[in-house]
Amino acid sequence: MRGLIKVGLGVMATLGSMAAWADYSWNFPTPVTPIAHETLEVHNLFMIIITVIFFAVLAIMLYSMWAHRKRDGHQAADFVKPNSRKQWAWVMVPFAALLFIDYVVFGIPAYHAVLMYEDTKTDADMVVKVTGSQWLWEYEYPEEGVKFTSRLVTPRTQVMNVDPKGEHYLLEVDNPLVLPVGKKIRFITTSNDVIHSWWVPAFGVKRDAVPGFLREFWATIDTPGVYRGQCAELCGKEHAFMPVVVHAVPEAEYREWLASKKSGQAQLAASTDQTWGKDDLMQTGADVYAKSCAACHQPDGKGLPPAFPPIAGAAVASTAFMDAEGNMVKGGHLDTVMNGRTGSAMRAFKEELSDVEIAAVVTYQRNAFGNAAGDLVQPLAVKSLR
Amino acid sequence: MTTAANHADHAHHGHHPKGLAHWLTTTNHKDIGTMYLIFAFTMLLTGGAMILGVRAELFQPGLQLMQPEFFNQLITLHGLVMVFGAAMPAATGLANWMLPMTIGAPDMALPRLNNWSFWILPPAALMLVLPFFLGLAGIGPGAVDTGWTMYAPLSIQTGWGMDFAIFAVHMLGVSSILASINVIVTILNMRAPGMTLMKMPMFAHGFLMTAGLLILIMPVLAGGVTMVLLDRHFGTHFFNAAGGGDPVLWQHIFWFMGHPEVYVLLLPIAGAIPHVLSAFSRKPMYGYRAQVYSIWSIAALSLVVWAHHMFTSGMSVGGQLYFMYSTMLISLPLAVLFFCWIATVWRGSVSFETPMLFALGFVILFGWGGLTGLVLADAAAVPQYHNAYFLVAHFHYALYPTTVMGAMAAIYYWLPKWTGHMLDERLGKLHFWTVIVGVNLTFIPQFFVGLAGMPRRIPDYPLMFAEWNMLSSTGALILGISHLMFIYIVIKCVRGGKKAEASAWEGATGLEWTVPSPAPYHTFETQPVVK
Ligand SMILES: [Cu+2]
Repeated sequence: MRGLIKVGLGVMATLGSMAAWADYSWNFPTPVTPIAHETLEVHNLFMIIITVIFFAVLAIMLYSMWAHRKRDGHQAADFVKPNSRKQWAWVMVPFAALLFIDYVVFGIPAYHAVLMYEDTKTDADMVVKVTGSQWLWEYEYPEEGVKFTSRLVTPRTQVMNVDPKGEHYLLEVDNPLVLPVGKKIRFITTSNDVIHSWWVPAFGVKRDAVPGFLREFWATIDTPGVYRGQCAELCGKEHAFMPVVVHAVPEAEYREWLASKKSGQAQLAASTDQTWGKDDLMQTGADVYAKSCAACHQPDGKGLPPAFPPIAGAAVASTAFMDAEGNMVKGGHLDTVMNGRTGSAMRAFKEELSDVEIAAVVTYQRNAFGNAAGDLVQPLAVKSLR
Repeated sequence: MTTAANHADHAHHGHHPKGLAHWLTTTNHKDIGTMYLIFAFTMLLTGGAMILGVRAELFQPGLQLMQPEFFNQLITLHGLVMVFGAAMPAATGLANWMLPMTIGAPDMALPRLNNWSFWILPPAALMLVLPFFLGLAGIGPGAVDTGWTMYAPLSIQTGWGMDFAIFAVHMLGVSSILASINVIVTILNMRAPGMTLMKMPMFAHGFLMTAGLLILIMPVLAGGVTMVLLDRHFGTHFFNAAGGGDPVLWQHIFWFMGHPEVYVLLLPIAGAIPHVLSAFSRKPMYGYRAQVYSIWSIAALSLVVWAHHMFTSGMSVGGQLYFMYSTMLISLPLAVLFFCWIATVWRGSVSFETPMLFALGFVILFGWGGLTGLVLADAAAVPQYHNAYFLVAHFHYALYPTTVMGAMAAIYYWLPKWTGHMLDERLGKLHFWTVIVGVNLTFIPQFFVGLAGMPRRIPDYPLMFAEWNMLSSTGALILGISHLMFIYIVIKCVRGGKKAEASAWEGATGLEWTVPSPAPYHTFETQPVVK
């Protein structure tokens, strides 16, 4: 038995190293976090063990089918259970081996891995909050006051096979999540609407984003690079189109990126205080509409009723959104966009879009698709109504 | 199938209506069994056609044939139709046909209930798929599109296809609870004199546990979907955090039903297959008692491991460890079953007729499904597998060999008893090898594409997954064709073929082989005695 174990371990070691040479297009991507390293090792070991078990049992069965064929005149035995102490002992061997594999070979590393996986708080260097939304990811660095959304930029023309597909088809976003290497990052997940699941295979982590609750996990990325993943919990029609892209960079570069992000946000805040002209609002609004509204309400504003009603010709787009005292009209255009409509697929956009973006897109909706409300929404008004 | 023809022999039973009225009012276990099987096969083709649409869309990256919202309806209906429409009714059909025959009873214990539990099914299935066809005709938002798991709050947000699904689930639940009560009462009260529980056929043991599980779990699901309905229309907040609810509560309810459901599908087959293996090895079943105890412990354990489906939902360390280790424990009774199956064949006098091929195919392929399940029990590694195609491949290796290949092994085995004719062996073998090529070509690539990072339930995917998907879609087409071969073989066997003896297979044992083939309309009018 001991000899067998040695041979087995030898075979496993050889197969294991072979697996390590492969380019992983049929296996997990190259791991870049401690969890992913551990998961890959455990996974490769498991795969070898179950493959060996499978083929060993298959061999026994095939031997039996071949050696005990009726065609060759094999006479059937009539045993129905182990008949001696020795046979009983032999029968127990496979089950003892199985228990050993379950609770020792699998069980002990799994125990340590679970503890490691859940140890999100010890020595965490920074926090990133990940919020799933139909159908984009919102990232926030609470300690830095930086917050942005990240959504797919693969054009619909590639999806519909009009244009040739690019190298990172469906795995490219406007604003990737930028993270420093070598830092323990504590991630907190939640959701604005339905359950999503944040997954980057190279990190070995997948955690659901549950609306109304916080979930957490952690990662320390050891190699700079671009890492891609996808939402892993069915979250509605655009579920296939909300990828995750992470740029892992050296810390200095991360600091630089953070600074530029902050000054960008400051500029945005300044522009909120200006009075905007119609052309600028319409232009910005068209962009915002394309990325935030068109998936449901369609590029022509006709929607997909009844789940996604039209904006073209909608009453809400021609009636007042603010009353004479400057208060929000309940259920009006601006209220709907900022706070959503409960009981429908229309979610609140006030966290996701800036004052300028909300002002622009509402202005756009009121003056496009044949709508002619004629009025403008100013960013400052949006700011005052938050 | 041929039971209608048998009517002539039983004119003394009085006024049987003919035609459709006969099928609507029949209380005969064979008639009802036949209807169950035909219904299940119709559903298999429906769910199969839906998934072929899915595989066609996934043949290449990009959206070619359908929009994502339509794709989501297809995958959802595929799951619900296959589990509740095809797999469970197929097993109930087998139970209807074979339970009375194998335990020496004239019929099921509650024949009228039996009729009712079948006739609830067609309207339920219709209710499930109706919004789909209305949607195709441009009416309404289409069928339920949340995945068969119907996770809240997506199932709260979606259109009224969900409401239809909720009522369909209620009706399907009522149907399977009624059928389960009938099975339990029949087994406990109608066994031939002398047949103690521990002399009962393995098939009856399998179905007894399945029936028990169903009575325990279906009411839980019914309660769960009712809570979804209340959240959708009556302002409750069971699954809404803003109102003090919890979306993850739904997952607990669903998987409390969903995990035992896997064994609901397995156990009737795990009961039937030993009879087939034993018959074609011409050797008695190995380890009868061990198998019975294993079936009992599988049923018991299946009720306490549900949250291993939820490791990525977020759970305490203690919870993860408990659900991981308890899940691993199931591998033990399952291993006992495998050991007994293999030992039954060992040193037999083995021949390879079609039922035996399917039974062996089931043992081998389900073995791989089980082994990959062992890997999925690991709470720490599961984030890489969960909701990826690896998981899809795993549970199809667990479910296809059981619910389809296992059921076909049982059907082919007992078909001579039902029809009075032997089946066409040449075609049967061709069918078997087509299935083997189809299953493996469909699902092996899914393991690899899953490990490479492809999530499930997406209508379009990044380019690096393209080759595997193309292979898988090709396999699915072959697998789809194999089911048409099955229907052809069965119809051919019903219509004619070599006359079957009372004991149609050389090594077959059991009460059902003591009556003529085809079996008389009321199998045992005087009870046989088991020594
Ligand atoms: Cu999502």
